[in-house]
Amino acid sequence: MLRKIFTRLLTTAITLFGVAVIVFVVIRVVPGNPIAMMLPPGATEADIARLQALYGFDKSIFQQFLIWVQGVLQGDFGTSISLRQPVAGLVLGRLPATLELATVALVIALVMGATMALVGTRYRNTKTEAAVDVTSGMALSIPDFLWGLVLILLFGVLWPVFKISGRISPSLDIDFATNFFLIEALLRGRLDVVSNILSHSFMPALALAIPFAAIIAQLLKQSLKETMHLDYVTLARTKGYGENHVILKEALPNAVLPTLTLVGVQFTFLIGGTVIVERLFSYEGLGNMAIDAVINRDLPLIQGIVILFALIFTLINLAVDMLYVVLNPRLRHA
Amino acid sequence: MKLSRRGMLRSTGAAITLATFGTPTFAAIDELVIAYNVTLPSWNPTVGLSAVNPTLQGYYQSVFDNFIPQNPDLTFGSGIITDYGWNEDNSAIWMDVREGVTWHNGDPLTAEDIAWSLARVADPDTGSPIQFIWGKITNIQHDGNRVTADMPEFEPTFFKWMSFLTGYVLPKKYYEEVGAEGFEAAPIGSGPYMVEKFERNAFVRLKANQNYWGGAPEFKTVTIKFVTDAASRVAEVESGNSHVTLEVPYEEFDRLKAKDGIEGTASPISDIGMIFLNDIDVMTDPNVRKAAAHAIDKQTIIDRLLSGYGIAIDTLQTPDYVAFDPSIEVPYDPELAKSLLAESGYGPDNPVKFKIQSTRGFKPKDFEMIQAIVGLWRRVGIEAEIEVYEIAKHFELRAADQLAPAAFYNWGNSVGDPSTSTGFAMFGPSPHSVWDGEDTFNKILPLWAEADESKRIEGWKAVDRHIAENAEVIPLLQYVQPILHATGVRVTPHRSGALLPHLMTRA
Repeated sequence: MLRKIFTRLLTTAITLFGVAVIVFVVIRVVPGNPIAMMLPPGATEADIARLQALYGFDKSIFQQFLIWVQGVLQGDFGTSISLRQPVAGLVLGRLPATLELATVALVIALVMGATMALVGTRYRNTKTEAAVDVTSGMALSIPDFLWGLVLILLFGVLWPVFKISGRISPSLDIDFATNFFLIEALLRGRLDVVSNILSHSFMPALALAIPFAAIIAQLLKQSLKETMHLDYVTLARTKGYGENHVILKEALPNAVLPTLTLVGVQFTFLIGGTVIVERLFSYEGLGNMAIDAVINRDLPLIQGIVILFALIFTLINLAVDMLYVVLNPRLRHA
Repeated sequence: MKLSRRGMLRSTGAAITLATFGTPTFAAIDELVIAYNVTLPSWNPTVGLSAVNPTLQGYYQSVFDNFIPQNPDLTFGSGIITDYGWNEDNSAIWMDVREGVTWHNGDPLTAEDIAWSLARVADPDTGSPIQFIWGKITNIQHDGNRVTADMPEFEPTFFKWMSFLTGYVLPKKYYEEVGAEGFEAAPIGSGPYMVEKFERNAFVRLKANQNYWGGAPEFKTVTIKFVTDAASRVAEVESGNSHVTLEVPYEEFDRLKAKDGIEGTASPISDIGMIFLNDIDVMTDPNVRKAAAHAIDKQTIIDRLLSGYGIAIDTLQTPDYVAFDPSIEVPYDPELAKSLLAESGYGPDNPVKFKIQSTRGFKPKDFEMIQAIVGLWRRVGIEAEIEVYEIAKHFELRAADQLAPAAFYNWGNSVGDPSTSTGFAMFGPSPHSVWDGEDTFNKILPLWAEADESKRIEGWKAVDRHIAENAEVIPLLQYVQPILHATGVRVTPHRSGALLPHLMTRA
């Protein structure tokens, strides 16, 4: 088991290094030079040279990469060109917001998806099941940012009960010690702040959750359907248990395992999906920062964000793999 | 009234939700909320990428004072520097500093602050992107409320730059105490608003400076939310979550300003849309350039694509700029375009071909405008292939003089001086110009240091005429900025495009 974990950690490190190399090279090859964007009217060739030297762009890509790697190994990811602050602090400062949003979205998706699957199974071969299938099909075929626009129209304009932009109301009188606003507000017992945060994050989280919920619903329903034909479920029926009991107590515990594995893998895509949704709702997370970094051709910041995303993805995959091993003892010796 | 069970439930649910999350309202406004279209990356208005980003100047002008302020109509006012001028032979400058001004922390603003602010941006080591202007003064001294400096190389636009990019007064004592990082974390200025709270990439909360030398602003608290998505800004103002927003699509502007509780203001700003012509390939043929210019029906494009919100221009000067010359015209004349092309052997059956680059979504309907222009060109015998590029790529290609034969861009020039429009855009050695023609170069060269102001302006008008007659660039339009606001707010638009809360009052 330990050897397996060590091997996976080594693979993770190699993956991250590969990502770093690719990102470093690609963002320097694609057109768009941050120095050119910084040039004021009247700048001279000397000004260009001075700025290039200031940000190290006068060196070869290989030299730049070596300097960057040396810095990273010491925890220094460079300084953002547009924000003029250390990249490590910036990306780690934003990560909690994105994780909170993705977690709220995950909870909503699990509740919605499980409900749809259970209802579809309970009323299988009826119009209700057909309605569940159509609903999940629609939910999946419309992308999250479009759901965002629909939600803004519905709950932001026509029936304006949720906040359209931001993460928390500027007028709220609270100083957070960390960037985990929701968790901190809960721990402090500030329900007014919790309510305010949720009123801001509900729509972006729901936009992210709807397609995710559809995937959960479809897979769980399929698993439940297959489980419902197994002998022990039939036995439960013959004992006289009602259909609700059979589904929830007998079939669900077995059917849910493949879905949980999928949830782990899909969660990484959920975090990736925050990029556009955060922008739409002006949510101050990592995704929103990523778009600004790309627009400004802020190379150090882009590198930092991509590396952090890659780290999250690989760690979640690692966790899912390990969880799978824990849940399935046969794999421990594989 | 008969209440159904469903209706009762719906009303109760709505009441609970509204009580929980708050009710948006257009009623009496205590705290002004603005949904702004760009985020603020840095609080230092004198260095880095943010310092030369025109869209950020509204934030800076709320907290800091320019050396010399600009009025909403782009004229120059009297501010921290009340009076200024050159000595007789234009080798030195003097400035008088307003007395009785205090910084946000209560310290007095003195001539020493002005001298230090200027010396700081003049020093190449501070990283000021406008050092090429500020570096033209040396030996900066202060005595009483007067600041003096030598200017070995005369710069006629020096005082105009004091209202422009990086032209801000910073507090010497405070800055030296807290350092660059401390200043970024807790900036203070002498402007109409003080920074109360700043959440990077989320919002800035401003508190009125009750001691502002120009009079305390009307709204005691202003929150500027960073809402970069246009659809979200529309929703913000439509739902009442924000009282003011800007840069929304013109169709949405027309729709919303007709609604109860919302009003709209659409005023020209100093930004222009233009097509750079790079004198390479077919663009070395004057007939092709002139045909391309005469084949564009600017007014119809403005009317049809921009709902009429734009002002057609024929030079790089807008009517607000000091060197605007209404007698320079490049009329829409497709027949003339055809005959010019025919002189060079081109026509609808044998079209001249070149590439045109365009942004898509960087400015309102930019790509659609270029599509329309390409359509108009096709009618006279020009076949242009559109290449969409990001604005960062445009900057890189322009700096390297590698733009396509035609390339769409927008140019801002809030001080309205011809040197900062025609000058930098058309003077070959500038990294912002792709026009290398010697005629234009020779006409512009003596104007950089022309000391006689009327002669200088007339000189630029002559340059503009030469450029228009030879179609060396294709100016298209002056942009109009749409601002939506609640009826409870009166907004005074600023020609620079900066949305300034201290110019807003209760209606």
